[in-house]
Amino acid sequence: MSKDKKTVTTVNPRTASRRKFMKGLAGTAIGATLAGKAMASAGSKKSGFLTINSLEEYLQKNYREMTKEEKAQVLARMEKEYSERYGKDVKVKDTEPIDGVKFTYALDLNRCIGCRRCVYACVDENNQSRENPQVQYIKVLQFENGTMDFEESNRYYNPEQVPEEGKYYMPVQCQHCEKAPCVKACPIKATWTEDDGIVVVDYNWCIGCRYCMAACPYEGRSFNWGDPHLPAEEMNPNTHYLGNRPRMRGVVEKCTFCIQRSREGRYPACVEICPVGARKFGDMNDPTSEVRYIFEHKRVFRIKEDLLTEPKFFYFFG
Amino acid sequence: MKRSRLIAAVAALVLLGGLGLAVANQAGDFPVDPPELDEDYYPCAENCHNDMDVDRTPRVLEDEHSDIVLHHAEQFRWCLDCHDAENRDVLHLQNGTKVPFEESYLLCGQCHGDKFRDWRAGIHGKRTGNWNGQKHYLLCAHCHNPHTPKFKAIKPEPPPAVPGGAEAGAAH
Ligand code: HEC
Ligand code: HEC
Ligand code: HEC
Repeated sequence: MSKDKKTVTTVNPRTASRRKFMKGLAGTAIGATLAGKAMASAGSKKSGFLTINSLEEYLQKNYREMTKEEKAQVLARMEKEYSERYGKDVKVKDTEPIDGVKFTYALDLNRCIGCRRCVYACVDENNQSRENPQVQYIKVLQFENGTMDFEESNRYYNPEQVPEEGKYYMPVQCQHCEKAPCVKACPIKATWTEDDGIVVVDYNWCIGCRYCMAACPYEGRSFNWGDPHLPAEEMNPNTHYLGNRPRMRGVVEKCTFCIQRSREGRYPACVEICPVGARKFGDMNDPTSEVRYIFEHKRVFRIKEDLLTEPKFFYFFG
Repeated sequence: MKRSRLIAAVAALVLLGGLGLAVANQAGDFPVDPPELDEDYYPCAENCHNDMDVDRTPRVLEDEHSDIVLHHAEQFRWCLDCHDAENRDVLHLQNGTKVPFEESYLLCGQCHGDKFRDWRAGIHGKRTGNWNGQKHYLLCAHCHNPHTPKFKAIKPEPPPAVPGGAEAGAAH
């Protein structure tokens, strides 16, 4: 594992473009075709640390620069590949933002009991690697009542029953910042904010430099240190290109407000599972939404507000 | 809990009577998931209560419902404050209005006006469905047993793996 880490950090993301980076890994500086051939002839699916399955994938553009036709081709290729790999009919959507919608999240700290149902509903919905690496977008922090020192919080609590006397719980995940430091930190624009406010990653464009992770004050991003382990029978076949489609080794991933659900009007999986109703989600531009009501009637706050990242993820005491 | 007790008590005083009428009109606005009624009992009237006399004295129940122990401001309360004496298949409000179990939130709302207001907006408790469309409410009674309403503690799901712990070791 430590060897892998070295491989990744040998590139200087400041000067790297994704293509150059790939070529470097393929051990040749000549044209893309040759690099592709080298991969093909090696019959290997791995180029250095990153995983590239085909020449098409290698030549793929950044999602935001693809034409409609190019997108359609890429999605079709992925659907075929994933369907074969997982032995089921996998759908890869590219549902676009709904006009005028600004997604916002609010979490009621008076209700949360720290049961972690959200953590696992998220893993199941979003096809995270179950172990080695274990990827979880939601971290539930336990605090002593009356404190909010993140250094002192405990995420490994494991009593017979929750809530425990004298404690409160604060789940933390990607805060979908309006001024997202992770987006600014990415040297190759593999991560950005969509019009509905969701911060996304193009996994095929990510080079795994993890500058975004260093920039994020919320531990909102996770890295696939090794090949993800996603059991075929547990794989959720309803996926989105920018969301829960299967990831590969060497890329960063994160909460997308369940983009594959939310853009179709559904609540994110964590909202739906929460047994105490602590999690609220909706459109800040809709005056009848739960989040708007909270904004207008409750005292809300955001964590690490002084960093001026302007999260679209609020906490409140309901 | 002290604070919430005080608030609830104050709310009870302020809201008794008045709110019941005001909210009853809006009942239809809240599509709810069906209440989880025990088929051993329900319908209560037909199964048993039609053939029984009404006894309004607070007491320890021995023959039936011995499993139901009130722990909900019980010093002021008896079953028939909530359950209707004439028709056991419905509840009744302070002002006498009968409400079905599907609308038990109206009963709770009489004393817990603040929670009820938040509940209507989908803030306290929970709505399912679409964030931009049809929604369904969970009743207060889906989460709080009306007889012992304190939310029950549950077992947490497992904690994450400790970095550099067992999991990282297994990778080699
Ligand atoms: C605070 C109001 C309130 C009081 C007091 C109260 N109940 Fe209830 N009870 C309810 C409500 C509301 C329900 C419906 C629960 C649901 O929707 O699942 C209910 C349900 C029931 C049921 C059906 C339970 C089931 O599992 O189907 C029985 C039986 C019952 N109550 C008996 C009693 C008895 C006996 C007492 C007195 C010892 C009592 N209740 C006191 C509000 C009350
Ligand atoms: C007649 C007034 C009244 C009605 C009706 C009523 N409550 Fe209460 N409730 C109280 C009071 C007073 C308290 C605080 C005393 C206590 O904690 O026992 C309380 C406490 C509670 C608590 C906090 C319990 C705790 O220990 O944390 C919950 C939850 C609750 N009620 C839910 C409900 C629900 C659900 C209903 C409807 C089925 C309901 N109440 C109906 C008066 C009422
Ligand atoms: C989705 C589940 C859920 C529903 C539905 C729900 N509650 Fe609660 N309620 C909770 C939880 C969780 C708590 C916090 C309990 C704890 O921390 O021990 C709570 C707390 C309360 C309290 C205690 C005061 C407080 O702020 O902690 C009252 C009173 C209460 N609820 C009343 C109601 C009433 C009235 C309704 C319906 C109008 C309702 N609840 C619906 C989950 C629910």
